[in-house]
Amino acid sequence: MLDDFFIRALVAGIGIAMVAGPLGCFVIWRRMAYFGDTMAHSALLGVALSLLLELNLMVSVFIVASVVSLLLLFLQKRGALSTDALLGILSHSALSIGLVIVAFMTWVRIDLVGFLFGDILAVSEGDIDIIWGGGILVIFALVYLWRPLLASTVNPELAEAEGLQPERARLFFMLLMALVIAIAMKIVGILLITSLLIIPAATARRFAGSPEIMAVLASLIGALAVAGGLFGSLHFDTPSGPSIVVAALALFVLSLLPIGRRLESASHSSHGGHP
Amino acid sequence: MLNYRSPETRPLVSLNNTGVRRNGRWLVRGVEFSISRGEIVTLIGPNGSGKSTTAKTAIGVVKPDEGHVERVSGLKVGYVPQKLAVDWTLPLTVERLMTLTGPLKGREIEEALGATGMLHMAKAEVQHLSGGEFQRALLARAIARKPDLLVLDEPVQGVDFSGEIALYELIKQIRNRTGCGILLISHDLHIVMAETDTVVCLNGHVCCRGTPQAVSRSPEYLKLFGRRAAGTLAVYSHHHDHTHLPDGRVLHADGSITESCFPGDGHHHHHDEAVDVHDHDPDCGCGHHTRLQGFEKTEKRDA
Repeated sequence: MLDDFFIRALVAGIGIAMVAGPLGCFVIWRRMAYFGDTMAHSALLGVALSLLLELNLMVSVFIVASVVSLLLLFLQKRGALSTDALLGILSHSALSIGLVIVAFMTWVRIDLVGFLFGDILAVSEGDIDIIWGGGILVIFALVYLWRPLLASTVNPELAEAEGLQPERARLFFMLLMALVIAIAMKIVGILLITSLLIIPAATARRFAGSPEIMAVLASLIGALAVAGGLFGSLHFDTPSGPSIVVAALALFVLSLLPIGRRLESASHSSHGGHP
Repeated sequence: MLNYRSPETRPLVSLNNTGVRRNGRWLVRGVEFSISRGEIVTLIGPNGSGKSTTAKTAIGVVKPDEGHVERVSGLKVGYVPQKLAVDWTLPLTVERLMTLTGPLKGREIEEALGATGMLHMAKAEVQHLSGGEFQRALLARAIARKPDLLVLDEPVQGVDFSGEIALYELIKQIRNRTGCGILLISHDLHIVMAETDTVVCLNGHVCCRGTPQAVSRSPEYLKLFGRRAAGTLAVYSHHHDHTHLPDGRVLHADGSITESCFPGDGHHHHHDEAVDVHDHDPDCGCGHHTRLQGFEKTEKRDA
């Protein structure tokens, strides 16, 4: 017997996994895992600001994550510090400023653990509408941006020389990341969003013969991890976010086993072509 | 053979006194050349001389900080960058690589892969290719889109001597068949592709320019390279009026030393467009006659 809140969490989680798959592929192809972490950590600042200014939670998280990514672009262009160091500064200071602001607001009681690690009870029907609406928007944008994004992942100068606009694609990609972080926060939590992007994509790599197949597989593996994690969370009474990540990890480890390799060689011979 | 060079048509790209400045330093300055349809221009020069920067300026990836670049409208570029590393996490076959920047018909893909001898590798992942195979795959990708201008940044890197000749043969065929303009960058200061119409020697500015001297006309080189290479390679004789000192200053032919070197500094002769081949003694000590680099390549590993 499944409760309503559980069904809601499942529908919301699968919706997020669908968009996290292709986006996560780009995160690992472009080696932006730490960048995703930074944007996700800045989400707590968004939470704090939404409470302080009484804004919509997802909107303020999206805005803060976007501003942080634009700030990073600007600082990277100035080139005074390495990207690594800049990310470290932005990531932890955004998280800390958020925590400090929350601590100052003694008049509000918030479930910090729920924000940091996700809370399936927090998903409302309105959230599901936003998640699926936003998710479909992200998928459409990704399909539209696919070629310039993929080409500039391989080589930005090549993409630009041949008439694509890598800078614009990169900017839109960052905004899409911010959007996904804003809508995924409730399910997996701020600290674990990046893992939902990366682990399913890394699992899919071993079975994929083309970038497109990898993106679709990552979505499916992510959905499987969400379902498995949520059932585990219900059964063992564990927090939803970490349970989903543990399920994703279990799938990743399974993909490393010899049984996975056999599947891999089978998929290699059948998925040779391009779409 | 058809003559693709017609003086009436506008050049595909022309650089007019362009310079690129980064962090307060001129990477390259005072560059002037143009590429017309069917023409092959080779950029040569030592490392860090601004060859890649100049090529990127020509195709619009780098914006010049002075001077200007004129391109015919709707110019279709095929680009083979100098460095291209595909992350192993990206599953990319040679076939999928072909349609990276634009859609192609299956027949166009096959033609381009066939022309570069890569058809049998179509299903291979690019990370598994050898250096030479990867270069040919990139070249196939660039020509498959039927560009007006083909820009090849050191296409023979990681390719052995006979592979280099084969690649130059291929580039020549592409030019003859499609009539596209080709901008070729070579790290080799003395041996260039024989079909090159103009050689531009860069070292932070245009040091000299001219046309190469066919190897087949010189019996010594013919002996050195062998008959097959003789029709493909050519020797470029530099005619510099200045020397670059190790500290970056420039020693001019008139004995003066300046901080930098650009055409307007008054120390340069007019750079002749015409060939002024001065076949002087290699031991003259002018510094422009180092060992024949192409010859050393024969000893490299077979890729």
